[in-house]
Amino acid sequence: MIKTFIAGLLLGLAGAGALLFYTPVVNQAREQSLIVVHPNHGNTETFHVNIPTDRIMIGAPDQAEPLPPGLDWPADEKFAAARAELFKLRNSKDAVVGVASRMAASDEVAGGVIEWVFHLPARGSAYVLMDSQPADEGYRIGDLLTGTHEFEPLTGIVTERWVADTTGFEDAPAGRIELITAFVAREFADDLPEVDAE
Amino acid sequence: MKYVVSLVLGILAGVLILLAVLYYNPLTARNTLSPLSVSDNEIITFRYSAVAADALVFTNDGESQIKPNPPKVLQLWEPTVRLTNSMVTILRDSRNNPAAIGIKISSESEKTNIVDGNVIVDSVWHIYVPGRGSLFVEQQENYWGYVREIVIPAYWSSGDSWRGNWTGNITSGPGALGTARVVGGSGVFLGLVTDGVESLRAEAYSVDAGPVAMDAELTIELPRIEATLTPDP
Repeated sequence: MIKTFIAGLLLGLAGAGALLFYTPVVNQAREQSLIVVHPNHGNTETFHVNIPTDRIMIGAPDQAEPLPPGLDWPADEKFAAARAELFKLRNSKDAVVGVASRMAASDEVAGGVIEWVFHLPARGSAYVLMDSQPADEGYRIGDLLTGTHEFEPLTGIVTERWVADTTGFEDAPAGRIELITAFVAREFADDLPEVDAE
Repeated sequence: MKYVVSLVLGILAGVLILLAVLYYNPLTARNTLSPLSVSDNEIITFRYSAVAADALVFTNDGESQIKPNPPKVLQLWEPTVRLTNSMVTILRDSRNNPAAIGIKISSESEKTNIVDGNVIVDSVWHIYVPGRGSLFVEQQENYWGYVREIVIPAYWSSGDSWRGNWTGNITSGPGALGTARVVGGSGVFLGLVTDGVESLRAEAYSVDAGPVAMDAELTIELPRIEATLTPDP
């Protein structure tokens, strides 16, 4: 009987150990990456934010209707020229794939700052610096400064533009912020022709 | 029959021994010493309350123990972001003055493995310091020490709570010394690539509401800019 107990003990140790080791505690849900390969122009992936439905927060002083309701944004003069926003980020199939933050500010040292951080839980994060002035075509162009996980070895550009809704549907959003990424591995970046934001 | 009972008891004992070994494993003890504490370089310190109710905005899937704040904030209920938290807070400097706007986005990591003492969260900070510039902080956080020494004791406690003084570093990577990777985006931080460490100081935890009294500190090392010697004209 003692031998059976010891056999059970070892079985319990090994079984529980294997179960804990091999059973994933966290299993992130994934959406397919919808990357389009262009002839001679690298890869692009289109994301968007539906406005106003995907906007989680607008952090800016003196808002008549704070978002989210109840937000008490600091009145400190130091933050007067800064605007922080938080969004849900969608892919081109309109599925939520992550969270994005946008920081817009201006001061004497940093000048005009417009930045995005895209956080896609199963893929990684991207830190993008946008030009402070939009291009003539209504785009704003930015560079991927750094990234994590899937985005770490990449370089490239991001364009941002406002697209107003033209469907006329009653429940349609007012429009969307369209974000197109054109990323390529750093080791191949020099081999590509110049990518025109148009 | 007695052999079956003996086998079942043996299995139960084996499982309990394994859980005890994992729980008391000294090799997975919390890290209280920051790698930046031995640095000669200048350090920037950002402090904030790690209690969700103290944040400007905190949101998650809405069904977790920690409730979103403000209550009407949009929640991250979609499958792809269900394991993600977002927090917007004012970061304070070492004199406790408001110094920066910080947005922290964290997701539970698939690298989590209890056997190795890894309860991993992948997180990024997006920080704007008025008058100085912006920063991006990438880190892997390990909450095993926090879970083992605060959360589990709170569940064991008859009052469903924990009180005490607990301090520990939660940053565990991606740097080789367990540091976060910090990249400067604009202003005086432009071009900066350096290390950071985030630590927690907890005093009270409730099973119902999560952290009740907990502060956090994000320290960032600023490497010295070596003076370049210019030849005399």
